[in-house]
Amino acid sequence: MSITSYNGSALVAMLGKNCFAIASDRRLGVNFQTIATDYQRIFEIHEKLYIGLSGLGTDVQTLYQRLKFRHKLYQLREERNMRPETFASLVSAMLYEKRFGPYFCEPIIAGLSEDNVPFICTTDLIGAKQYSSDFVVSGTASESLYGACESMYKPDLEPDDLFEVIAQALISSVDRDCISGWGGIVHIVTPDQVITKTLRGRMD
Amino acid sequence: MRLDFSGLDPVTLHRPKADAGFDLPCQPIGSAPSFDLPAVADLDGFEKAAVDMVKPLHGTTTLAFVFKEGVIVAADSRASMGNYISSQNVKKILEINPYLLGTMAGGAADCQFWQRNLGTRCRLHELGNKRRISVTGASKLLANTLYSYRGMGLSMGTMIAGWDETGPGLYYVDSEGGRVKGRRFSVGSGSTYAYGVLDTGFHWDMTIDEAVELARRSIYHATFRDGASGGVASVYYVGPNGWKKMSGDDVGELHYKYYPVSDSPAEKEIVMKEASSAS
Repeated sequence: MSITSYNGSALVAMLGKNCFAIASDRRLGVNFQTIATDYQRIFEIHEKLYIGLSGLGTDVQTLYQRLKFRHKLYQLREERNMRPETFASLVSAMLYEKRFGPYFCEPIIAGLSEDNVPFICTTDLIGAKQYSSDFVVSGTASESLYGACESMYKPDLEPDDLFEVIAQALISSVDRDCISGWGGIVHIVTPDQVITKTLRGRMD
Repeated sequence: MRLDFSGLDPVTLHRPKADAGFDLPCQPIGSAPSFDLPAVADLDGFEKAAVDMVKPLHGTTTLAFVFKEGVIVAADSRASMGNYISSQNVKKILEINPYLLGTMAGGAADCQFWQRNLGTRCRLHELGNKRRISVTGASKLLANTLYSYRGMGLSMGTMIAGWDETGPGLYYVDSEGGRVKGRRFSVGSGSTYAYGVLDTGFHWDMTIDEAVELARRSIYHATFRDGASGGVASVYYVGPNGWKKMSGDDVGELHYKYYPVSDSPAEKEIVMKEASSAS
């Protein structure tokens, strides 16, 4: 079994109309053994920029701490927040620094630009950027997430509808994966507010 | 004069004859079926590769225990292939006859086939001896069959539970040829979790309802901790009048019955800590 599926994860982000949603499961396991059901793998970089890190739990935390540090340095030097595109490049560059001994994480970056244009992007574990204009998925449940998103996603959804779609896509996908699930968390980010909801799901 | 040694050959091991035009499937009813061996040079290597291919039911939780009123048998219902959940509706408790139950762990096909075969042979015993076969006898029929296939890649970890003239009976039989009599067993990837709940909650003097609840709880906790177990927790009871299915609960619903949701303070704490450390 690969190290990327050691802890298990499911991660998805979707674009809506002037908004985006990012969601993940909440399980942390050691192979098939469930250790925690309140694990956090989506983090706020600033009020309009989120990053989700799937993959190995220890690298999720290390990578988040390093990214948070780099963003703070940027804020001090530039006296402004990073644009999502810039942040995606930072993530990509930091991952490629470890080309021959990578972090076992596949990040999803989702944010709103200054003029509230939503942006989502994913990279592989060594930093190959992949922009998307609909949805991005990552983690051990990524195959079933692709299926669910492919059939459920519609462009230009309002925040409420977007929540419904992403929540259903996440919940139904993790029901086909042994090592992700055990509840979920969804963040809907609009120009003037962030709505965070935890999802109840099957706990098996 | 030549002595006929063919009676000493194990009936289960014969290679396909090259000159035979066709084979008539004329095995005596009830005897252990024999199968043609694959015509390959490296039989051991071939079997090893085949074993890895026919293990769809890799993760499982099954349990059975004897108590004052009889035997309880319980199991989950998930079938997985690696990390993928291929089914949530597998019947892992096999009804061999009205007084005998078998559980399924390991290879689904192996368990289904050999327990059906066991059912046939138990029925023949009944017809020949005008009395039901004992649990001891039935489990030994299966164990002997599995022993004759030892090393050939069968994959089974099964419990045979039932009621006979001597009362309740419970045996653990596996494809390595082992056969153990006992009062409390759990088999499968979730078995350790199930044992934890079962061993703490067990009392010999339980009522049937208490025993059913204990079994259901043990399976539920195993499905929670073990990623490869899940689906439905089914519970059977075997008493003097044969087996009866007592319950089949979706563990997705069972969780919220055992642990009703309230706003978790822990989660808010994490979010708040993040916020305060960021500022």
